[in-house]
Amino acid sequence: MAEKILMKGNEAIAVAAIRCGCDGYFGYPITPQSEILETLTEMRPWDETGMVVLQAESETASINMVYGGGACGKKVMTSSSSPGVSLMCEGISYIAGAELPCLLVNVVRGGPGLGTIQPSQSDYFQAVKGGGHGDYKMIVLAPASVQEMNDFVDMGFELAFKYRNPVMILSDGIIGQMMEKVELSPMKPRWTDEEIKKLHGSWATTGKDADRNYNLITSLDLDAARQEKFNQKLQAKYREIEKNEVRVEQTLCDDAEYLIVAYGSSARVSQKAMELAHEEGIKVGLLRPITLYPYPTAQIQALLPHLKGILTVEMSAGQMIEDVRLAVEGKVPVEFYGRAGGMIPSPEEVLEAIKTKLVKK
Amino acid sequence: MKEEIIIAGFGGQGVLSMGKILAYSGIMQDQEVTWMPSYGPEMRGGTANVTVILSDSNISSPIVNTYDTAVILNQQSLDKFEQMVKPGGYLIYDPNGIMHPPTRKDINVYKIEAAEEAAAMKNARFFNMIVLGGFLKVKPIVKMDNVIKGLKKSLPERHHGLIPQNEEAIKRGMEIVQEVNKL
Repeated sequence: MAEKILMKGNEAIAVAAIRCGCDGYFGYPITPQSEILETLTEMRPWDETGMVVLQAESETASINMVYGGGACGKKVMTSSSSPGVSLMCEGISYIAGAELPCLLVNVVRGGPGLGTIQPSQSDYFQAVKGGGHGDYKMIVLAPASVQEMNDFVDMGFELAFKYRNPVMILSDGIIGQMMEKVELSPMKPRWTDEEIKKLHGSWATTGKDADRNYNLITSLDLDAARQEKFNQKLQAKYREIEKNEVRVEQTLCDDAEYLIVAYGSSARVSQKAMELAHEEGIKVGLLRPITLYPYPTAQIQALLPHLKGILTVEMSAGQMIEDVRLAVEGKVPVEFYGRAGGMIPSPEEVLEAIKTKLVKK
Repeated sequence: MKEEIIIAGFGGQGVLSMGKILAYSGIMQDQEVTWMPSYGPEMRGGTANVTVILSDSNISSPIVNTYDTAVILNQQSLDKFEQMVKPGGYLIYDPNGIMHPPTRKDINVYKIEAAEEAAAMKNARFFNMIVLGGFLKVKPIVKMDNVIKGLKKSLPERHHGLIPQNEEAIKRGMEIVQEVNKL
């Protein structure tokens, strides 16, 4: 077994990027994710793999560099935290509209506005429901450990290229700043120019040979009928993603009377609350969505016959709860417990919410 | 075995690196570990703390409200964390700069004059290793050879020459830690 290294979630993202053959990182520092750019700069991957690491002049510039790199069929990424990601939303919509692959990392902090530097999950809507304009979707991955921060980088790029779609790792200040032990992924070489031509030459701007027409990267089509057709194509792709890519972790759900639904750091806190509840004889299960889009709707629905109630736990005023309610369709009560503005719920608070909001009903 | 620890003091005292060495020592004996620092506004105010959890099994929440052991290195941290030690738990503090010592009688209290000892050793940089030694004397949750391995992992290679001195500081800490209230 490979050696386990103690590292921060942010460091794991940086190391995983180098090891999965990433071609370029473009970013601008912001707490609590600055270690991603710092680690990349310190590790100097340009000497080893030829990966480009660039501190852009702004988040807007970063996302447009990613747009350009993605258009060339390169594995490119950026990372930021909430206010920075808001600045990127225009670019994300363009990338989705141009059907380009890329990896985005949001290490979420409390908002709105400049908010706070402490952890939050209040960008769920922005990541899952849009952020930018237009009918587009990102695949959204929610790591709950430093190991998953590492693992989801490679998986994110795989999904991004499989569907030619932006993928976001939606993390938060806890997972970004926390250290845990990590088993690093095996080293993958970067694609050569020939490999990129072979794999992505049908759409990427790799330089045109005489035997084919040019590839045009754009999100603009002024002909409404054609634009509608393109939108239908996008929607068909999203249905395909929903069919194939749902990922979820279920703990003690099979005979649970009550269910906690939580992702990322909240799932870690909720797991402890679940353990405390079991000590008191309350049968609680934990369903942790790993993909926030596509959402594990069917997995929640499958548990409903034996559930008396669901508690959604988030570090927000309640965002993911809307997707839980859409899945549940009013069949069992769906309650909420959350902290906002950078505050973190404690396991004891979640246990109390299970008792007061679910069990005593 | 599961040990939930908070280490808290001023920025620059080596609070975070002490936590990191402890966490790495846990990895060296195949334990699960989490290391969660404060990085919020309180850190900008000069105080720093880190929650370290070592466990034989999977660690659910890296954030906890109560601790098995608190290692306290300034008054602000004592005021904040004394109440958060589990009944029957442990509190280890350096009396240097402490105006109001701990008052709880339902926990084990130890003091370690690490700042004074570091000054006597003429190297303030060993302060946190003296404290670590005190902690390990009271709570021998990681073996000394694993601590040394953890040190090697935590320190950049250019500082590996300092490991014998660090070890000496840890041993000194083990000698000078004093019992204040034992249950």
